[in-house]
Amino acid sequence: MTDPLVRITQVKKSFGSTLVLDGVDLDVPKGEVVVVIGPSGSGKTTLLRCINALETYDDGSIKVDGVEIGFRGEPGGPRKRRSDGELARIRADIGMVFQQFNLFPHLTAVENVMLGLTKVRGMPPAQAREKALHWLDRVGLSQKTANLPSQLSGGQQQRVGIARAVAMDPKVLLLDEITSALDPELVGEVLSVVRGLAAEGMTMVVVTHEMTFARDVGTQLVFMDHGHKIAEGPPNEILRRSDNERLRSFLSRIEFRQDG
Amino acid sequence: MSGAFQFVVTTLPFLWQGLLVTLWVSLAVVLISLVTGGLAGIGLTYGPWWVRLPLRIFSDILRGTPLLVVIFTIYYLLPFAGLNMQPMPSVILALVAFKTAHVGEITRGAIQSIPPGQTDAGKAIGLTFAQRLRWVILPQAVRRFLPPWVNSVTDTVKGSSLVSLVGIVDLMLASQQVIGRTYEPMPVYLLAAVMYFVINYALSATSRRLETRFAYIRE
Repeated sequence: MTDPLVRITQVKKSFGSTLVLDGVDLDVPKGEVVVVIGPSGSGKTTLLRCINALETYDDGSIKVDGVEIGFRGEPGGPRKRRSDGELARIRADIGMVFQQFNLFPHLTAVENVMLGLTKVRGMPPAQAREKALHWLDRVGLSQKTANLPSQLSGGQQQRVGIARAVAMDPKVLLLDEITSALDPELVGEVLSVVRGLAAEGMTMVVVTHEMTFARDVGTQLVFMDHGHKIAEGPPNEILRRSDNERLRSFLSRIEFRQDG
Repeated sequence: MSGAFQFVVTTLPFLWQGLLVTLWVSLAVVLISLVTGGLAGIGLTYGPWWVRLPLRIFSDILRGTPLLVVIFTIYYLLPFAGLNMQPMPSVILALVAFKTAHVGEITRGAIQSIPPGQTDAGKAIGLTFAQRLRWVILPQAVRRFLPPWVNSVTDTVKGSSLVSLVGIVDLMLASQQVIGRTYEPMPVYLLAAVMYFVINYALSATSRRLETRFAYIRE
């Protein structure tokens, strides 16, 4: 059996005196969609941000495609922070989509997608534009390519955010509550784009509150609480047959959306 | 009427020489402090503590000191440190030091007004620190930077009149020399005031146009 694409081993992290990740293990095999759920403050977003080194972790190991993310050297040995250049090269292969979209407001939709292609991948502008237009077309925005983010709806902005991430051909895509800032009627258009990517075999780690979406798209569901992984397994098993009390109480507080 | 006209014609060439010095000093200080202040602002925002701490001390001291004191300190104290500088380089050094502190704070404020999500997004697509600054942060920070910076440029033009106090014949000192010969303070000061005003009004007008030009970034 080959190693999983993302392997998280005993990761610990604290903010000051608060332990937000308390020894988390997680494997994400290639082509699978791992959905992380849990109450706010459970550490799920922090875990996601550790995978592309937007947060550092204090202990343990996160490997993507065999490469340790946060440090040079093996755990146990001397650990050195990676340099800015090393981090940039690692992050270029890990896509991320944000809750607040974080589009570059001074650039048009197509320029948002092109920036990484030209500056990071070194693509000639014409080729980068072609690729960016292809992806904007894929997310249904071929009419909006010359618009600034301020001229787009939330759902449209988030689809540009997805196009910006996947155009880099990432090994794994991280989705951080990508529908939480959207009006309810705009959630569907964003999730259908993600469904398409999942169907094509994109490896994803998804933090979400959309339980219907989690059940439909996730190949694996992980429930976190207080920095611990409480339960994991196939979505249907976790959502229907869990006997874990904390998970039951979390699920009872979540409203199931049928349009997700 | 022809007497007044005659007066302007005879005094203008003297004032003109002074005006050129004022403009030259201002331009040099504005350009140099744009670079040094920009770097200071980046250091104040992103630097490790051993970069931030000395910049913070430098900035707080210079912003808390009157410009005239800075000019006199450098002009009269540097010779004691074994540095004999001509008046011109000495006052330019003083003005640049003073302006670097101010432009540094303007830069820091402009950079820090950009939401952290922009840095996250730049990192996530694999941009290095320099690339994030160049393509993500600075293009957005420019809009916040411009209005206070143009204010500081007009301050520089006005503040440059203090160089007359160490004997440099700028517009201010040229006016006083003309007054010394003509005993006509009012018209000469009026003429000098008009010149200062025209320069600074032109700068403010340019600033308003630039703000419109960069208004594309909406929150």
